[in-house]
Amino acid sequence: MKNPLDSILGTIISGVILTLVLYVFIKNFILAGV
Amino acid sequence: MDYFPAIARWLHIVAGVTWVGLLYYFNLVQVPAMKEATADGTAAGISKHVAPRALFWFRWAAIATWLAGAALLGPHFNDAFSLKPEFVAIGVGAWLGTIMLFNVWVLIWPNQQKILGMVKATDAEKASARRIALLASRTNMMLSLPMLFFMANGLTHRALIGL
Repeated sequence: MKNPLDSILGTIISGVILTLVLYVFIKNFILAGV
Repeated sequence: MDYFPAIARWLHIVAGVTWVGLLYYFNLVQVPAMKEATADGTAAGISKHVAPRALFWFRWAAIATWLAGAALLGPHFNDAFSLKPEFVAIGVGAWLGTIMLFNVWVLIWPNQQKILGMVKATDAEKASARRIALLASRTNMMLSLPMLFFMANGLTHRALIGL
């Protein structure tokens, strides 16, 4: 599989996916009981 | 003392724009330009006159951004880095920014010195340095997206996005 960071588009898509993953993690784990 | 956070925020944004602006310049302009310039034999101008200057402002703006951000967090520095719920958005942004600062000084700058001939390196070492520097730079571009989402949006639109 090609490294997504080898292209600009792959880098941007990876950044957007990471943003969503972190957001879901924060909402469901760190802020779950608040 | 009310002036202190205002000045720290201003410096954080000015230095951050310089840092991330140059990061995007490297990824969107210089790296693709170098490929074409190498092909037609004009890459030396970029390597000699442009890249060292861009790297100078890039790496020092990274330090200035982090220090101004730390000053802005002030007594909440530990709250942010330990991801306390009320500081979680800015805390995630601060962690991502810290990883980016590490990449600049530990991976990008030492390898760029080899690529640009500032320190001696064999052709094999230069080839390896090119790959490491590119991936570290692309990693920082990728991390900049969630970093800006959590730092900027997490602060101004935290109610909207529920942070």
